[in-house]
Amino acid sequence: MTVHNLYIFDRNGSCLHYGEWNRKKEAGISKDEEFKLMYGMLFSIRSFCSKMSPLDMKDGFLSFQTSKYKLHYYETPTGIKIIMNTDLGVPNARDILHQIYSTLYVEYIVKNPLCVLGEQLSSDLFSTRLDLYIRALPFFSPRAA
Amino acid sequence: MAIFSVYVVNKAGGLIYQFDNYVPRAEAEKTFSYPLDLVLKIHDEKVVVSFGQRDGIRGMSSVATSSGVFRILLFAIGSQLSPEVGSSGIEMLETDMFKLHCFQTLTGIKFIVLADPRQSGIDALLRKIYEIYSDFALKNPFYSLEMPIRCELFDQNLKGALEIAEKAGNFGPGS
Repeated sequence: MTVHNLYIFDRNGSCLHYGEWNRKKEAGISKDEEFKLMYGMLFSIRSFCSKMSPLDMKDGFLSFQTSKYKLHYYETPTGIKIIMNTDLGVPNARDILHQIYSTLYVEYIVKNPLCVLGEQLSSDLFSTRLDLYIRALPFFSPRAA
Repeated sequence: MAIFSVYVVNKAGGLIYQFDNYVPRAEAEKTFSYPLDLVLKIHDEKVVVSFGQRDGIRGMSSVATSSGVFRILLFAIGSQLSPEVGSSGIEMLETDMFKLHCFQTLTGIKFIVLADPRQSGIDALLRKIYEIYSDFALKNPFYSLEMPIRCELFDQNLKGALEIAEKAGNFGPGS
């Protein structure tokens, strides 16, 4: 069981942070294009879900899975979107993404007077803490290459 | 009802079959005075909201266009952004209100089932729907491929399969 990568987007669609742990296949396009594609895809999926839903939704889109990976999604009321790709063994990462937001993003970014919201996060402390957190997750195991 | 809808999408992305099963919530009666905040229009013999939102009454959009958009998402983007090699398109999408399951056949036909998140056995149901499709639509000499499915036996058997699935039964070899 493993975590492949993690994206954090703000509400305008700019990617604030991207972390990679176990990615096997690159997208074949530049990182900027990949971020835009990812954001666009999630925007379309969210709007699709709200139209297809038979009842009014509270939390909205939670996750999707393909034959090889599962994408988990968490959005805060301020529009910060945290996306994590894991393998199929992970049941529900919503709490984990919520933890990432509350204990890492809020603590190290929002409360940091030097961090400008809306740009690529340049806080090393945040990056290292996030890395440690992900590696400490029960379902993370570095795969033998 | 635990299974909300079933859709069949052809290779080109067009919707060829649609079956909706959700029980409408107890309709609330609201009295509005002129001028209305909403724009109403006649659609499918019902009056629906085409613009505007008030107290949770929202506009509807055509399912056919959504299915076409979704079909593109299912395959192309899901597998391009994949961090793993050899990923298929989206097979299951989960929200807090429903779970959407998709089964893509080798010929490009997609069977999409929208169900309650707690409903189990949808994989078997998707394969069963594929079986019903091949028995009652493909073997029907008057049915042309990729066209909308208008076969009565397909409808009947599909409803039967949905009932069995909702009762969490297993599909026997003869059913």
